[in-house]
Amino acid sequence: MPSLHAFANPARFLKIARPLTPVLFWLGAVLVAIGCWAGLTQTPPDYLQGETVRILYIHVPAAWLGMGGWSGIALSSIALLVWRHPLAAIAARAVALPGAVFAAICLVTGSIWGRPTWGTWWQWDGRLTSMLLLFFVYCAFIALARADADRGGDGRVPAVFGIAGTVLLPIIRYSVVWWNTLHQGPSIGLTRSSIAPAILWPLPIMLLGFSLLFGAIVLMRMRAMLAMAKSEARLRRMATV
Amino acid sequence: MTAKNQRLTLVLLALAAVAAAALLALSALGDQAAFFYAPSDVARNGLPLGKAVRLGGMVEAGSVRRAADGVTVHFVVTDGRATTPVTFAGIVPDLFREKSGVVAEGQFRPDGAFVATNLLAKHDEKYMPPELAGKMHETKTLEQ
Repeated sequence: MPSLHAFANPARFLKIARPLTPVLFWLGAVLVAIGCWAGLTQTPPDYLQGETVRILYIHVPAAWLGMGGWSGIALSSIALLVWRHPLAAIAARAVALPGAVFAAICLVTGSIWGRPTWGTWWQWDGRLTSMLLLFFVYCAFIALARADADRGGDGRVPAVFGIAGTVLLPIIRYSVVWWNTLHQGPSIGLTRSSIAPAILWPLPIMLLGFSLLFGAIVLMRMRAMLAMAKSEARLRRMATV
Repeated sequence: MTAKNQRLTLVLLALAAVAAAALLALSALGDQAAFFYAPSDVARNGLPLGKAVRLGGMVEAGSVRRAADGVTVHFVVTDGRATTPVTFAGIVPDLFREKSGVVAEGQFRPDGAFVATNLLAKHDEKYMPPELAGKMHETKTLEQ
């Protein structure tokens, strides 16, 4: 894959990542601000849920990015195991933390929505439980990848874990279809949505804004990890002289 | 076969195994992972007596009756094929209403009625502004 290996050189990656980081960050921040303003003031309440419906503007993008983050870890893991891409291990580690944070945001906002809507903060239904498992798997990956990096590993052990963890993604997606759950079925498919357009429209803005912020955080973390590796290598060199 | 192709094959096999594992988990857990019994499950498999279970379905139109004591509510849960009468004493959730989804936690009585200790409202996947929805509210099935 020549296109991927164009970024194999950390110096070349940094040359692109450095100017890209603030662009992604500020664009994302502005879009999230617009989305929040629109979602809080410009859309009507739902006919049943009332104002609680507005939580979906945070909850749904957080859920998608929580799952999208693990897809990123899986892709990085494949790039590491198959092509030995030198940035893949760092990319997976960089994605893991924001992914876990978004999964946690999804769980917390869902719980806050569930109290007034369902009448409960938490129930062990298929969707809620599988999403909680994804959060735990993120935590395990973060610990494993850090331990592996600390003892000088090349990231192959966490990469295997990253691929195995993808088992949760279809389970989360189809839990509400295959099992009867307290959580409702999917509102948004590829071609249809059962959310009225008047309520739906800020959601893509929020999704894009959160995605750009996610990208900015990943780039910042990758740059920080590369800088750390560089400084450690320099310290080691100085110690041996 | 080069080493890289070998690794690619291995990873693809691993992904296929992961997908198969997900499918197996989803189908094998099946009823075990179900959050609630539907009235027709009970009609088919018999009453799960003597243990706390959840009963889910739609609140049948016109079935909600409030008792004179002010806290007890009687209603009928249906899944389109079978019905179960439910009794509950307590505060019902805001979204509890006729023709809407409900999950009741409690126990079956030997006569087939259900005594709930807790009610959860089940929301469907439809989101509408009030002027669009008007006074019409109906969830057709819990499968949605």
